[in-house]
Order: sequence, then C-alpha cells, then structure tokens
Amino acid sequence: MSYSVTQPSATQKWIAGILVIGYALITMLPLLWIVATGFKSSADSIAYPPKVLFEPTVEGYVNVFTTQTRLSPDLAEQPRDDLPWYEQLVRNKGNTIVGASRYSERFFNSVIIGFGSTLFAIILGTAAAYAFSRFKVPLKDDLLFFILSTRMMPPIAVAIPIFLMFRNLGLNDTHAGMILLYTAINLSLAVWLINGFIDEIPIEYEEAALIDGYTRFQAFYKVVLPQAATGIASTAIFCLIFSWNEYALAVLLTSGTAQTAPPFIPTIIGVGGQDWPAVAAGATIFLVPVMVFTILLRKHLLRGITFGAVRK
Amino acid sequence: MSDSVIDRAARATPEAMAQKVKGLSDRAIAWIFVAPTILILLAINIFPLIWTVYLSFTNFRVNRPNNAVEWVGLRNYERILGDPDIWMTMQATAHFLIWTIVCQVVIGFTLAYLINKKFKGNDLWTTIIVFPMMLSPAVVGNFWTFLYEPQIGLFNYVVGFVTGADPSSFSMIGEVSLAPWSIVIVDTWMWTPFVMLICLAGLRSIPDSIYEAAECDRASKWRQFWTITIPMILPFLMLAVLFRGIENFKMFDLVVQLTGGGPGNTTTLTSIDLKREAFEKWRTGFSSAYAVILFVTVFGLASIYVKALNKVKQR
Repeated sequence: MSYSVTQPSATQKWIAGILVIGYALITMLPLLWIVATGFKSSADSIAYPPKVLFEPTVEGYVNVFTTQTRLSPDLAEQPRDDLPWYEQLVRNKGNTIVGASRYSERFFNSVIIGFGSTLFAIILGTAAAYAFSRFKVPLKDDLLFFILSTRMMPPIAVAIPIFLMFRNLGLNDTHAGMILLYTAINLSLAVWLINGFIDEIPIEYEEAALIDGYTRFQAFYKVVLPQAATGIASTAIFCLIFSWNEYALAVLLTSGTAQTAPPFIPTIIGVGGQDWPAVAAGATIFLVPVMVFTILLRKHLLRGITFGAVRK
Repeated sequence: MSDSVIDRAARATPEAMAQKVKGLSDRAIAWIFVAPTILILLAINIFPLIWTVYLSFTNFRVNRPNNAVEWVGLRNYERILGDPDIWMTMQATAHFLIWTIVCQVVIGFTLAYLINKKFKGNDLWTTIIVFPMMLSPAVVGNFWTFLYEPQIGLFNYVVGFVTGADPSSFSMIGEVSLAPWSIVIVDTWMWTPFVMLICLAGLRSIPDSIYEAAECDRASKWRQFWTITIPMILPFLMLAVLFRGIENFKMFDLVVQLTGGGPGNTTTLTSIDLKREAFEKWRTGFSSAYAVILFVTVFGLASIYVKALNKVKQR
C-alpha cells in the first residue's frame, strides 16, 4: 500500500480499535446483565458479589408468563409426577401456577398497536411525501415544518387534552385510540423520511412512464413505489420501534385492555418481593426484536434518528 | 351512462391518452394525498393544543366535572411563574440537560473520531454501540434501578471494585447528592451513540483533499484538528445538540422509571412535575398553563437555536 497523509497509521488504528471495543463492551454490560438475569434463579440474581457464572434456569421465563400462589406446606410435600416440567419447576419453590399472567396479553397489545399504527402512518405518510416531493403544494415548506413541529411538544403536555378528547369519544384504553394516536405521532417521521427517499429518485423515470401512457397513479405505484421500497421499509421499522418503545402516553391513556408492554413490565412482581429474573425475562423478550431490527436498519440508522436531516 | 364531452373525447382518443384525460389533475391528486395527513395532525395535535391553551385560562378540574368552569384569566400563569417549587424543577431539568449534553458530546465525538480511524471491524462495533439508544427507555430505566441497588447491584459492585469503596456504602438513587447524577449517567449511556453517529457522518463528509492540502502547507496535526475538523463538524455537532436538547427537555419515561422524581424533588424534571399536577392532583387548568409554558419555552429556544445553526452552516 502506498503512503497516504490522510490514512491513519497501523498503530493509530490499533489504539482506536482497542478504545472503541473497550467502550462497546462496557456499554453492552447492562444489556448482557438483563439477558443473564433472565436465566438466573431468584437467589442467584440477588447474590453478593454479583454472580457471573451461575446455573441457568428458565424460572424467570415461567414466572413472567404465569401467576402463582404459595402452596400450603402439606400440599407441597406430596410428590406429584404427573405434572408438566414447568409446574414441577414452580412446585420446587413451594408455589403453584394458578393461571396465565397478563404478560402475553400486553405483549400482543404492543404488537397490534405497533403494527397498526405503523401501517397507517406508512400509507398516509407515503402518499403525503409523494405529493410534497412531486407536486407544487401551496405552502409546502410551512406544512412540512408544521408536521415536524408536532414532534417538539412534550408528550405529557399533549396527553391532557388527548385524555379529555378520548374520554368523550370513548377511546380511552382502546386499541383503536392508541393506534390513532401513534399513527399521528409517527406520521411526522414517515412524511419527512419518505419525502427524502422519494426526492432521491430521478423524476425522469416518472416522466418517461407518463409519456408511455401511464396515469399519475400508475406511475406512482409502478415506478416510484418499487424504487422507494427500501426507504419505506426502513421508515416502517423506525415507526414500529417508536410505537414499541413509547411509554409516557401509554401509561397515561391505557390501564387495562389496551395497555402495552412498556408500562406493564416495570410492574411485574413475583410472589413475595421483586422478582428480578421475571422482569429481566420479560424485558429480554421485549428488547431482542428491537436489537434485530437495529441490525437490519444499520444503513439507514442515522437518517431515521435525525428525521432525514443527516444523510450518509 | 352519462355521455359527457369528456367521455366522448376520451373514446375518440387512443387508449393511452384516454386514461390521462379521465385521470385526475395533478392538483387534485396532490390534495387527495396530503389531506389525510394534515387532517390527522390537526385532529390529534393542533386541536388538543388549542384546547390546552383554552383550558389554561380556566380553573377546570377533570375529577370535578360538575363544578362550574370559570374563566380565571392569567391567574394560572402567575401562580406557576411565582411558584418556587416549579423553579426547582426547572433547575433540575437544566442540570440534567446541560450535563447530559456535555457528556454525550465529549464521549460521542471522541468515539466517532476513533471509529473514523477505520480500524478493522469498525462497522460491527458501531452497531453494537448503538443498541442502547434503540431500546425502550422505560424498560431499560426500570432495570437500571436493579443495577443501582447498593448491595447487590452490578453498578455499585463495579464502582466499588475499581475505587475500593464499599458497594453498599452509597446509593445512586437514594441519596440527594447522587440521584441527579444517576439519571445523567443512564441518559449518557443510552444516548451517546446518537451524538456519535451524527459526528461520524460529519467526519466522513470532510473530503481528504483538505487534509492533504494542509499537509502540503505543513500544518501540524493539532492545527489541522482545530482549523479543519472542528469547524467542519460544528454544524453536525450543533444538530446533535438540538435533537438531544429537545428530547431531554421532554424527558419523562427513563427518569420516572429510574428515580420517580425522588429522593425529595431532586430529580423531578418538568415533565414529571407536570404529570403529577395533571394526572395525580388533577389540576387540569393549572397544568394546561404549565404545558403551554413548557411548549413555548422549547419552541422558542429551538427556533433561536436553529437560526444560529443556519448561520454556522452558511459560513
């Protein structure tokens, strides 16, 4: 390799690499700790000094999906071999399973509300972004800024009137209400990002299509949509992650049927005291999908988090 | 079937052109495409905002729907601005805002600078560093309370191990002097990657040729850093600060799960205080005025800042 003044030397690369990897390992520690705690027994989870090596168990996972109660001592002593493994596991601790917990319901609420709001935000956002990108919309810049400014409000400030409005409309604690709300919040992101992606597609393709006799609609879904597909897909993932992680509005506007997982997970407590392995298990199931999405998104990450202000 | 002029004209023209004649005008399509978005945003964002402004001039309370709603003028605003407790929460917010931004800019920029040395595998490690930022602040914040436990928490253990202090001798969340720093630490852990990514994009956008020219002029590395790298990356850094500033001004989920605003009021940020006023004390009118003040503050500061940012960009 020829010498270049702008290329860092091998030593510099080594030092930079070691420092960055060191930071990455430290920053991963809390996350690894969540995953590890999910596989600990409750005694191991609160051991001093904190245990790095331990015998893995799925107790936490069983606990997070079930509601349990203590068995009376005489019942606990009777050996029962006919029970499935998870019942046995719980019985060993002197408890018994009395039913499913609310965790899976809350998780599915997150899925439904997340996907629902993403779908609507993407459909409406793509249409609006196409119009902003390709047509002369009066007051275009003002409208775009208005759309962005809706993101600046503190969620709690918006929550007061939304709470009143939803109560009058009977939307409090319903899936429809939450989908509507998250759609509105995600729309601003969707419009801004997709607008940027469509701007990058040369307009000549569409002009050619129009000359060949396509209508505007045909040109839109046969020429523009396929080209913007990757951009739209990554925007969708950003919207999904937002709805998935949202807490402030969810905790204020939902309490039962439509409650999502983020307000629920911190309320998980076991029989007799805080059950950290169960919390960690619930958190792991909830966080891992986002990590997978992050890996899929890494090319468009920067664009998504800055509303398209920085493009690589 | 109606036989309008346009239909006859359409039939008389070749198929391809007929579609265009029947099709909608561009202007109509534009409105059809934009209208739903604007309507939803008006309904879910602007209408509530106007309602909040209206409520802020009344003494309305959600939990007393039968009380007559009275117009109280500016009284709510006067009470908020004269309330020493609210100034305390403003101070707590300012402390949180300033220190998170300082820490994140310093660490984030350093990391980006190092990653830009393009060592082998830097892409992989960048992705790993980014993880905390993408996760649910409420869920992660809740788990951090476990890491901060005095006796059994990993954080205290590691700090004790490094400094030799007794891990059970301090409580990050429980002590008045440490709690404000506990939230700064977690927020920095979570959001440093955000600043890092923006800085990295900035560093990568600087063309090599500028450094080559500086090298020909025999500028030292130090000089190159201060006269090329820093000015070129400043707009990116300022953008990162803008985003973090707005986000942390609104901060609620992470801190409410970590400390719940305590001990005392030491970590009661404005959003947490607002939530208490609105949804625990149910002082709807009062908290609406509070919300308006917060919104005007963030919007005002952001607009001033964006003006400064544009000036830096134009240089």
